Amino acid sequence: MATVSLKQLTKRYGNMEIVHGIDLEIADREFIALVGPSGCGKSTTLRMIAGLEDISGGMIDIGGRMVNDLPPRSRNISMVFQSYALYPHMTVRENLGFSLKIAGAAKDDMDRRVAEASAILGLDELLERRPSQLSGGQRQRVAMGRAIVRDPDVFLFDEPLSNLDAKLRTQMRTEIKKLHAKVKSTVIYVTHDQVEAMTLADRIVIMRSGYIEQVGTPDEVFSRPATHFVAGFIGSPPMNLHEATVSDGRLMFSGGDSLPLPGQFKSKTAAGDKVVFGIRPDDFYPTGHGLSSGGETEVHRVELPVSITEPLGNETLVFAEFNGTDWVSRMLNPKPLKAGDRIGMSFDLSRAHLFSAETGKSLRS
Amino acid sequence: MDENASARLTRRALTVAHRVGLFLAMLVICLPGIWIVLSSLRPTVEIMAKPPVWIPQQLSVDAYVAMFSGIGKGGIPVLDYFRNSLIISVTSTVIAVAIGMAGGYAFARYRFRGKSGMFLGLMLTRTVPGIALSLPLFFLYVRLGIIDTHIGMILAYVALNVPFTIWLIDGFFRQVPKDLAEAAQIDGCTRWQAFWQVEFPLARPGIASAAIFAFLTCWNEFALASQLTRSVNSKTLPVGLLDYTAEFTIDWRGMCALAVVMIIPALTLTYIVQKHLVGGLTSGAVKG
Repeated sequence: MATVSLKQLTKRYGNMEIVHGIDLEIADREFIALVGPSGCGKSTTLRMIAGLEDISGGMIDIGGRMVNDLPPRSRNISMVFQSYALYPHMTVRENLGFSLKIAGAAKDDMDRRVAEASAILGLDELLERRPSQLSGGQRQRVAMGRAIVRDPDVFLFDEPLSNLDAKLRTQMRTEIKKLHAKVKSTVIYVTHDQVEAMTLADRIVIMRSGYIEQVGTPDEVFSRPATHFVAGFIGSPPMNLHEATVSDGRLMFSGGDSLPLPGQFKSKTAAGDKVVFGIRPDDFYPTGHGLSSGGETEVHRVELPVSITEPLGNETLVFAEFNGTDWVSRMLNPKPLKAGDRIGMSFDLSRAHLFSAETGKSLRS
Repeated sequence: MDENASARLTRRALTVAHRVGLFLAMLVICLPGIWIVLSSLRPTVEIMAKPPVWIPQQLSVDAYVAMFSGIGKGGIPVLDYFRNSLIISVTSTVIAVAIGMAGGYAFARYRFRGKSGMFLGLMLTRTVPGIALSLPLFFLYVRLGIIDTHIGMILAYVALNVPFTIWLIDGFFRQVPKDLAEAAQIDGCTRWQAFWQVEFPLARPGIASAAIFAFLTCWNEFALASQLTRSVNSKTLPVGLLDYTAEFTIDWRGMCALAVVMIIPALTLTYIVQKHLVGGLTSGAVKG
């Protein structure tokens, strides 16, 4: 078990800088998720922590020990790969025990630890099979088993669920959460799926183009996104984000429509400011079908035409046309709607977000 | 006739046609071999007969007996040739495969300057016919004093085989996912251990194929060997075949018998190694 600390960590390939001096402190036993779109540098960061990529600058510290130039085997980490990377010429038992064999562990010890890992992950029936005889989910479990057998300081997961189908992914997500509760070690988990990050992690690190955009708990990054990028990335369906100009206490959109400037931002903006207005589908809802019980303080109501609906059973996503574009809203206790219907929509402006159009930073204090 | 019956009939007819086609193809491939074995067992008159005698009238192993009977009794130093062939082929194969593994791994796994140029250069050496090299090599070897030696032949064969072994083994290492070696390194292996524990076993079919091809090239090579060998010191079996030609006659039966003696070890080796040529060993390693 260990803390992990990254200081000014940089990665360059030739003249191209991929990771731009990031800083991150990860506490002992913390589950941290690195999340971001493809090419944001999250996997490269993980591989640098693993020792599979050389670092071009900065420092990596695992458990109080600087590991910058140590080979992967000396870092006491284990990693679950996106591709599982099981050794195809070995049985499940041999796969699980491989690291112990290399370390020269005694046979008794090896058998005991393989049995423990196999019991935790329910692999007992599969020990004599080869990877080619396993299903995707089983392979994933063997890959995790191989990681826990080593009893490492830090677990690294590189998009471990992205090759599984949707149902299995949900199931394995729960298993990973249970596993973390059992083994209680530090976990760094890379994913491009914000749902995985939100459900699993204690804290989420959102990366973009080699920079860290925000570090925070799932609630923080959801409720108080630091930038316009985070706001759009976290949450499903994503936040409605539209550029606007501040004028006479109102937000003027390019299409001609306008909304009142939310009260909390009045002191932080001046007339003529270019901003990005953001509102989550939960805070923009068909009147009477929202989350809140009616105690909202700053609700703006308008009547809008429905352009499309996506019924999900317990709720319906309603795309309403405002300012010439579709804004997604979440309708709880749904009632049947069809395209073209005009319905009353509520903007809960007390929960709206405003970002600087120039820097992308949140104007919320 | 109902549709199903006619479909069944067509399928059966196609199966028969398929088998007949296969038989004919195999016949074309195997006939020279069968003809050599037959010719080694029958008198020259029958071998040379026109029209050809398909069914042998009399069979005897005289040619084999004579071959081992010693000089002057129609024999040739077949054991010396065999020893030379074995030493030269095995040694050059081992060296070519070792270099092929190192080179193939480097081409498959590392990025370095001039990589594609070097690879192309290696392939280009294969376009030069061996016989064209024999005269320059002959002069070179005479100067170096390694004409008619094992080492000379081994050097020539290693040079001949290395481009091929590198190319073949490179392809097999490319099929072994890089993640596996990385997983092994995280599991505590050095790069060297990761290679031997994980990548080598998975690329084994390719390495075995490269070894077979390299061995057969050396074992059967005639053009270079006929120029670079002189005596029992280094003459290989294919060159030994020439011992059956005299100024005015050719002992076809003896030649065929020696050819059979040559084929047997090559066939045995191929049979032994072929079980390693199982493809698809990496299935199940990644994804699913």
